[in-house]
Amino acid sequence: MMKVLPNILFLIFFLLAIRFFVRNVRKIAANIHLGRPVNRFENTNKRWANMARVALGQSKMVKRPIAGILHVIVYIGFVLINIELIEIIVDGLLGTHRIFAPYLGGLYNLLTGSFEILALLVLFAVVVFWLRRNAIRVDRFRKAEMKGWPKWDADLILYFEILLMGLFLSMNATDSLLQQQGAESYMQAGYFPVSQYLTPLFSDFSLPTLIVLERSFWWAHIIGIFIFLNYLYYSKHLHILLAFPNTFFANLRPKGAFANNVTVTQEVQMMMNPEADPNVSTSDPTEEEPDTFGAADVTDLSWIQLMNAYTCTECGRCTSVCPANQTGKKLSPRKIMMDTRDRLTEVGIHLENKEKKEVSDGKKLLDNYITREELWACTSCNACTEACPVDIDPLSIIMDMRQYLVMEESAAPSDLNAMMSNIENNGAPWPFNNQDRLLWAQEN
Amino acid sequence: MKVPTLAEMTARGEKPEILFWVGCAGSFDDRAKKITKAFVKLLNKAKVSFAVLGTEESCTGDPAKRAGNEFLYQMQALGNIEVLNGYEVTKIVTTCPHCFNTIKNEYPELGGSYQVMHHTQLLKRLVEEERLQIEGGSFRGKRITFHDPCYLGRANGVYEAPRTLISKLDAELVEMRNCKSKGLCCGAGGAQMFKEPEQGIKDINIERTEQALEVTPDIIAAACPFCNTMMTDGVKNKEKEAVLPVKDIAELIAEAEEL
Ligand code: SF4
Ligand code: SF4
Repeated sequence: MMKVLPNILFLIFFLLAIRFFVRNVRKIAANIHLGRPVNRFENTNKRWANMARVALGQSKMVKRPIAGILHVIVYIGFVLINIELIEIIVDGLLGTHRIFAPYLGGLYNLLTGSFEILALLVLFAVVVFWLRRNAIRVDRFRKAEMKGWPKWDADLILYFEILLMGLFLSMNATDSLLQQQGAESYMQAGYFPVSQYLTPLFSDFSLPTLIVLERSFWWAHIIGIFIFLNYLYYSKHLHILLAFPNTFFANLRPKGAFANNVTVTQEVQMMMNPEADPNVSTSDPTEEEPDTFGAADVTDLSWIQLMNAYTCTECGRCTSVCPANQTGKKLSPRKIMMDTRDRLTEVGIHLENKEKKEVSDGKKLLDNYITREELWACTSCNACTEACPVDIDPLSIIMDMRQYLVMEESAAPSDLNAMMSNIENNGAPWPFNNQDRLLWAQEN
Repeated sequence: MKVPTLAEMTARGEKPEILFWVGCAGSFDDRAKKITKAFVKLLNKAKVSFAVLGTEESCTGDPAKRAGNEFLYQMQALGNIEVLNGYEVTKIVTTCPHCFNTIKNEYPELGGSYQVMHHTQLLKRLVEEERLQIEGGSFRGKRITFHDPCYLGRANGVYEAPRTLISKLDAELVEMRNCKSKGLCCGAGGAQMFKEPEQGIKDINIERTEQALEVTPDIIAAACPFCNTMMTDGVKNKEKEAVLPVKDIAELIAEAEEL
């Protein structure tokens, strides 16, 4: 019984980790589902290609070479070291030790060796990341919206990775010592090009102490990973999962093509041609809740925009290229995404507590999170969407919220109202007579 | 200057090769009208048969849509599409990247599908087809920097046509710190042209003008009437208007050809 106790414990931890992870995924899926429908299932071949290029291939990350290459290291490290995880989990469940070693032979040494080198590279990258945030103080990590939790989140994950890599290498170091000393069930396996330099730290310990240390590192490492898995939900690090669907469902049309509002089209067509569709014009307008135009809250946004919010890595590449932000305006496209996510989480919790589909906590994304001043500062230049490494579209949210302001509240800045009434009356944004449109041809 | 309208040509039973969509700025704004005229001279020189809509043209609706007024935008769009489809227009060229983008990308969903070109694209093609010859003239060896309009560049991926034309002037193309897909906006897009900027530390056109000044150009080349205004204002703000002209690519070519 005592012998299988660790296996049972492991099984419990493993199942708990999976259970909470599934619960988190469900919550995210339910919240994304609150968004309006929009079809992004056409053109699937192009979509796979986009995902392969942008998420898998990190094509937009490396446009900033230093951060890009370091990120690629961490990313490859993350993916490959996860292969090792398979063995750790199988070992944990079966009570074995390095179960794959006998089957893989020389390949096993190659794998363990590469994992160690990757772990070292990841450590290096993570330290540089930490320096960029805390010593070099790269500007985009220090904007107003990065105060408090976002800053903590970013640093915490770096400490976490240092800890995990450290545990991993220490585990290997003690393991290889035990192997050398011929401890029971520590057969010769693996090649440890990095952790061999750590072994002197442990060489004075007795065999039983070494076993305790090795086991502690092993457990701390795997439990750390289980915690990490469930930390994602609260963190910008959700992007390691969501970057894939997010790039798959990304907007593939030219960036200048803004969405067409179909409800408006029906109304305008009816106005221009009242006979067009008698069914529509006679239907009782009170029968159905009329759609609001544009977006005042997260539930007015599309599910793509909500997924965007969960995917945002808070890297600030968008904000650093935003002309409004660069010239000191309040607008920051990153903040637009962070606000959307925070508000969505809030609405999600609210709905869970009330257990009905009703958003009535008296708050909105507009005004309570995103101010009008921010919205009106955007030039729709698409610098943010171009820069985003995971194909997020902050501009579409800004435009939807402007649409709400103008169409539901008639709350445009007065200059813009003047421009719009000019278009309405003279067909040009300035007060010129349309009959004078061709006067230029007579001038010299 | 003789500029035929589509109504006149149709009445004569003629059909132009292409419709020139002049745009509101190109029709009414004093600075932009010069670009319009320069482009017409080039069309005439290349013997392109073209027509304009004249009083039948109306704002594409771009500033209304970007300001959030989808209703007004669609009124404008559907009205224009009715006119264009009524004349069975198939090809359109325009000197305004905003008109270009709206007609090319946003009209199809409302029933208006045309082949739309920006004037730099058409000019480049005319040169390739040898219908238009460009020689450097007074621009030979001059340092010219090109400011990418957002709605031509990032929005539609047109980066090379204007640059090819500049190189045909035998000028030295000097790129700003932010160019092509990383180009910095002039500050006019998204209906900003028609309102005061929000509180900040600087106006966007000043920031962009400073970037241009960094590369010490002799000329700033533009390809959008709104960028042109913004950059001209920026250069004035820096009190450089006497030495640093802001010119549209069409104006540069027309001037080189002494038209
Ligand atoms: S589109 Fe708007 S938010 Fe995005 S970079 Fe340009 S000005 Fe900033
Ligand atoms: S929207 Fe994209 S570019 Fe902006 S912070 Fe989020 S991930 Fe980075």
